[in-house]
Amino acid sequence: MNRGEPAVKTRPAVTATATGAALAILLAACGGGTSTSGNGGGTATAGVAAFNAGVGSVFNPSDAKGGTLRLAHSGDFDSLDPADTYYAYSWNFIRLYGRSLVMFAPAPGAKGSTLVPDLAATLGVPSDNAKTWTYHLRPGVKFEDGTLITAKDVKYAVERSLDKTVFPDGPTYFNDFLDLQGYTSPYKDADPNKLGLKAIETPDDATIVFHLLKPFSGFDYFAQLPATIPVPAAKDTGANYKQHVVSSGPYKFDTNSIGKSFTLVRNDSWDVGTDPNRKALPDRIEVTLNVNADDIDNRLLSGDVDVAIEGTGLQPAAQGRVLGDPSLKKNADSAAIARLWYTSINPDVAPLDNIHCRKAVEYANDKVSYQNAYGGPAGGDIATNMMPPMIPGAQKFDVYPGGADNHGDVPKAKDELKQCGQPNGFSTTMSYRAERPREKAVAEGMQQALARVGIKLTLKGFPQSDYFKLYAGKPAYAKANNLGLMTNGWGADWPDGFGFLQQIVDSRVIRATGGNTNLSVKVPDVDKLLDQALLTTDLVAREQIWSQIDRTVMDNAVVLPGVWAKTLVYRPSNLTNVFVNDGFGMYDYLALGVKK
Amino acid sequence: MIVFIIRRLVGAVLLLFVVSAVTFSIFFVVPRLAGATAEDLASRYVGKTADEQQVRQMADKLGFHDPLVVQYGRFAKGIVAGADYDYGPAAEHCPAPCFGYSFLTQAPVWPDLLDRLPVTASLAAGASAIWLLAGVATGVISALRRGSIFDRAAMGVALAGVSLPIFFTGLLALGIFSYTLGVTAPGSSYTALAEDPAQWAYDLILPWITIAFLYAAGYARLTSSGMLETMSEDFIRTARAKGLPERTVVLKHGLRATLTPIVTIFGLDVGLLLGGAILTESTFSLNGIGRYAILAIGANDLPKVMGVTMVAAFFIVLANLVVDILYAVVDPRVRLT
Repeated sequence: MNRGEPAVKTRPAVTATATGAALAILLAACGGGTSTSGNGGGTATAGVAAFNAGVGSVFNPSDAKGGTLRLAHSGDFDSLDPADTYYAYSWNFIRLYGRSLVMFAPAPGAKGSTLVPDLAATLGVPSDNAKTWTYHLRPGVKFEDGTLITAKDVKYAVERSLDKTVFPDGPTYFNDFLDLQGYTSPYKDADPNKLGLKAIETPDDATIVFHLLKPFSGFDYFAQLPATIPVPAAKDTGANYKQHVVSSGPYKFDTNSIGKSFTLVRNDSWDVGTDPNRKALPDRIEVTLNVNADDIDNRLLSGDVDVAIEGTGLQPAAQGRVLGDPSLKKNADSAAIARLWYTSINPDVAPLDNIHCRKAVEYANDKVSYQNAYGGPAGGDIATNMMPPMIPGAQKFDVYPGGADNHGDVPKAKDELKQCGQPNGFSTTMSYRAERPREKAVAEGMQQALARVGIKLTLKGFPQSDYFKLYAGKPAYAKANNLGLMTNGWGADWPDGFGFLQQIVDSRVIRATGGNTNLSVKVPDVDKLLDQALLTTDLVAREQIWSQIDRTVMDNAVVLPGVWAKTLVYRPSNLTNVFVNDGFGMYDYLALGVKK
Repeated sequence: MIVFIIRRLVGAVLLLFVVSAVTFSIFFVVPRLAGATAEDLASRYVGKTADEQQVRQMADKLGFHDPLVVQYGRFAKGIVAGADYDYGPAAEHCPAPCFGYSFLTQAPVWPDLLDRLPVTASLAAGASAIWLLAGVATGVISALRRGSIFDRAAMGVALAGVSLPIFFTGLLALGIFSYTLGVTAPGSSYTALAEDPAQWAYDLILPWITIAFLYAAGYARLTSSGMLETMSEDFIRTARAKGLPERTVVLKHGLRATLTPIVTIFGLDVGLLLGGAILTESTFSLNGIGRYAILAIGANDLPKVMGVTMVAAFFIVLANLVVDILYAVVDPRVRLT
């Protein structure tokens, strides 16, 4: 899911002076050495705090139960309703009170990107050339009221998620891929049991079968979406369900003050025997909402809060302080996330409709300047192509090398301009989100870099809330207003080629009404390769196609990659069992425990 | 007096009506005049991958296809008679005064405002009491001891108070007093007054002082200059000539005459604060009207913004009314008719 951008909605950074107390040094009494992680992946480091100790391994492993895990959010929670949520942190957190058919393994390193069965006993079984997918539920899994969960509860959950007038913010994968035959919503369903959807069958209480419009070899990724978390129809209150989501996980809601705070306590109906994935260490989980972002950082550093739930990292003020102080830095992790900051090169705008002019932009770009705009190496690595390296099967290549120092290849850019018929350069407009100083810095850096070859950029900021809906993401507006370059960013809905690429390179997802995240990629060969990947059930072969798509997009010079993002996250000494889950690009909330 | 109050109340209702019409126009009429379609407005309230049909459905649901007069009528009717909103399985009644239904959180705005009002009111009450007492007292003493070390120090501090923004002093205060010394509550702390008055005061003392630091400065300077001017008036000399004690001269004659402009400013400041102390609530993570407003603005949640605007306008109008009445109390020459 998106952790920042169009889809992904992250909170804008707020800069201010930060102050706070020094952190307590992790106790030597925790023991030294390493041990095997109880989560089945990576190694575990106990007691020795070090920078990145939570990346690729479990820091402070523990099975000790008890205590209260305290989380804070700088804004309002996306939605607690599994049908209406589209944030990485929310999908991470929701596993505490909901069980989807499958889930990302709660494990550090690459294993965190792999899917494991959750409510289902096994991963999906494809048939009919991957157009039909069958799941069998684990026996004995119950809702918080003790009622047994059946396949019908899962079917109902998916059905209600289809209604985008009630749940506008959830993903539309099921709307797009299920053979709906006109079905829109259980709330408009004449069937008394509200189960009129033919695309999902429940031949018995333990079996659920999904019928797709077209083959899709990666359907298990859909099955991990929160929309498959079961919802009892009798307890569904539509848009108000978020006020009391009925739990199927190890925790249930104790209090819930929408927009302010909520608390979770242990769900007595949860049976660890039905759940190999969850440790459920804390007794209680408290989430405070709408807390000043800098205040959250101060409280993290002083130990007053355990986790900044959004997982987007420290604010600039605290980031500088942590990186500059070894006693704080050793408690921080630089987490790579499946996100690319980039610039879309609009082939609808002349003279960028000529590939050589687009290539001139690629060569003239100053990659170091782009990286610096995002905070230098702490903000991420220089991206040379689209797919972040953490995505399985991603290959790193550089079609437009920027010279030995990565500041751009000016002669090559000038040569491309000649081939484009614009030897003296040209003028175009570059858009960015006005509230994002980093995007503005990117645009300013680009303005300077491209001026070296005669390309003159007029910079134009737009309000971020409407950036994709009304401006850069609306093709007619972008063309009419000469938006040749558009700053952009995208985080994978999940770490695989489809989850990362589909929404930003498939030309068929571009809508005239706006709201697009694909601003520039309209390459028929890419669309064909995407279709081919959907039919390819062999994982290795499919991953090769994703990489081929990446290369084809780069060859067409419609995307200028900037930075493969990283976030600097902080782990207070109170936390146990801490590790970054690659599936979410942040600490795994399912695994966390506390010392008090 | 009663006729005056009734007349002002009727005027206040009319004013609020105008405010509601202007607010509605800004959010819904101006964009349409600028060429935005119903779907353009609705596109802000659908998910990222919504197709044209879903956008159209949302526009229908939110009533954006209706004529603007009908949309405003629905909004105004909601305020006086309540409204019904579809939340999926059924319709939910939003009782009057229903300031609309959030397009994003799909919840009625009025209960949200009621829920957050005690936080803002608590903030305003405590802070205003502190800044009034501290500001006026400092101003009086400074005026009476003009040129003294106290005067210079107080006016210097007052200047700093006016100059330093709350997001700076607030975060600094939190860092020192809450996270380093641990003597005050951390951010986002709030306990209802009825639940535990002592805890309520403990939780809010730092925000109170931070706001008061900003406002008291202005009051100190205003009081000081007013007192200096008043104390040189003939009636003060007369009072002294009559042999009145200096305390009576200062407090009953000098200060009272100085209070009129202070009452005016105080009323408006409190009214503004009740409409939402955006910076303070954001800095201290207090879920009051101001924080609610700023989040709604950031999210383009127009019904929430309109609701806050109406509440803020109500408090300003109310504050003006109270100030007018207080004039008669402070200055016997004023008669309310």
